[in-house]
Amino acid sequence: MNIGWYLAVSALIFSIGVAGVLTRRNPVVVLLCLELMLNAANIALIAFSRMHGNGDGQIFAIIVMVVAACEVCIGLGVVVALFRRRLPIDVDELRELHG
Amino acid sequence: MGAVLFFIAAIGALVGAVGVVTQRNPFYAVLALVFHLLNLAGLFLLLRAEFVAAAQVVVYAGAVMVLYVFVVAYVGGIDTAPSLRPPVSRGQRTLALLFAAALFAELAIASLGSGLHAIDTQGPPYRAPFGQPAQIGELLLTRFLLPFEAASFLLLIAAVGAVALARRRAALEGESEEARRLSIAEIVRSPRQLGTGTMAEAVRGVPGRGAAPHDVAASVPSGSGVTGGTDEKTGGGW
Repeated sequence: MNIGWYLAVSALIFSIGVAGVLTRRNPVVVLLCLELMLNAANIALIAFSRMHGNGDGQIFAIIVMVVAACEVCIGLGVVVALFRRRLPIDVDELRELHG
Repeated sequence: MGAVLFFIAAIGALVGAVGVVTQRNPFYAVLALVFHLLNLAGLFLLLRAEFVAAAQVVVYAGAVMVLYVFVVAYVGGIDTAPSLRPPVSRGQRTLALLFAAALFAELAIASLGSGLHAIDTQGPPYRAPFGQPAQIGELLLTRFLLPFEAASFLLLIAAVGAVALARRRAALEGESEEARRLSIAEIVRSPRQLGTGTMAEAVRGVPGRGAAPHDVAASVPSGSGVTGGTDEKTGGGW
């Protein structure tokens, strides 16, 4: 398939992820939608890596996966800390991360 | 053949993505994301990125999603009790969909409408080391050594941060507003109060509240210097 098809799929998945981040209120699902957006970026990176015929884009995709793992780690840690404090697990009601 | 596999994987990925956004139960949303990631690994294979596809399946669909499943099981299905809160208003949902559609149009114009002639081709012919672990490893340790080290530091910082965030605290039992706040000052304060969940208390138990089960075994003079040595080290603070 042509590279353009992969870019179209990437753009679609990124838009779906954006819609999810904007509409969902559960922070766990918001994190899932962020994963969708990061993965859409990964498809585009690997498609461009194939287009150029060198491995730089694949290295970039692996680094993006590392960053996503860190984001999941911290985000789910925050969710667990919120749950322990019996705060509402709802991004509309959590208006501040006050230290 | 390649076109058929591409459309199967792409439609599967899109269905998984829509499932993540629309499922009310967070557990089903996680399962939809696993489906999405497996189809995405198929797309990576079609793009000849074998190592990234394998890493996607093992690391992402395996390890990271298990983390999500654990947290969803711990926090519980919050969206399954919709009567407590009003649903997201229709105006907000319409606005979000409009924004997403506008973003898709913009991305499609930016990527497909660019002057790149190569996106209408299937890329250069495949040469042997492309996408294999040998090439990835060589690039990571030569040209991209600095990003590689930065990523390892980032993982270390994230692990320490997660431990500091999700630490158990005895003060949470109190209902005062001050105790329920997330406090950075409390995290970095050292030495901390008794019963706030330090590593030393996990090993030895809290003084005056009964000892941990390990404490009995550690206090028996077993004659091996290893047990005593670790016991001395963990007495510090953490």
